[in-house]
Amino acid sequence: MTLSRRDFVVGASCGVGIVAFSALPAQASLLDETISKFTGGAEIIPGGIVLDTPEIAENGNTVPIDVSAPGAASIMLLAGGNPVPAVATFNFGPLSGSRSGNTRIRLIKTQEVMAIAKMDDGTFRSAQATVKVTIGGCGG
Amino acid sequence: MAKNVKPRVKVPKSAAVGESIVIKTLIKHKMESGQRKDKDGKTIPRSIINRFVCDFNGQNVIDVSLEPAISTNPFIQFEAVVLEAGEYRFFWYDDDGSVYEKTKKIAVG
Repeated sequence: MTLSRRDFVVGASCGVGIVAFSALPAQASLLDETISKFTGGAEIIPGGIVLDTPEIAENGNTVPIDVSAPGAASIMLLAGGNPVPAVATFNFGPLSGSRSGNTRIRLIKTQEVMAIAKMDDGTFRSAQATVKVTIGGCGG
Repeated sequence: MAKNVKPRVKVPKSAAVGESIVIKTLIKHKMESGQRKDKDGKTIPRSIINRFVCDFNGQNVIDVSLEPAISTNPFIQFEAVVLEAGEYRFFWYDDDGSVYEKTKKIAVG
């Protein structure tokens, strides 16, 4: 195969992109893996969580996320489009005032952000929200 | 210990018994994700705050595990229920093993 100058320039400038794309199939299973590690394979019922995210994030380096799930023992935040899907896990103690948390996260591209809550009764609930990212975070 | 790490916490000075208060925390930290590359194409090693804990008079309020997807200068906001006067203790655990600590007192009434 001969490599033309154009191919080379495009390839070199997209080096990070190519790495990201080739990692895509592995990423989906990584997300599933992260979820099943948290739930232990239990069924996840949609609803019961309020996941508040901006519809459009101008800067993927700092996207405010607010999550609240009454009756949750812990809440896990996931970003399936990121190189590492896990974002954070809030574990609520006995003196927690409400089962909610707010933080700022990085998103590499437009994607669905997911929250999974482990309720006090041992069931799992989930919520999803799409965030459009104009400038991706994570560097590169 | 990473340089220039500065924790900041906002807790009301006093609260009524049984009241839920909002606590805001922020720590100055670069949160190097381990995904970025330097000029020579070498991966910059991961260096993040991987855990945040808030306790009140020895009882846990919240325990958060953080991944590289948390932004630079991690900000965490949560609520705590006040049952008595006492002291909040905040801990941030760094990848390099150091622990940053901050305390805040609260009165009731």
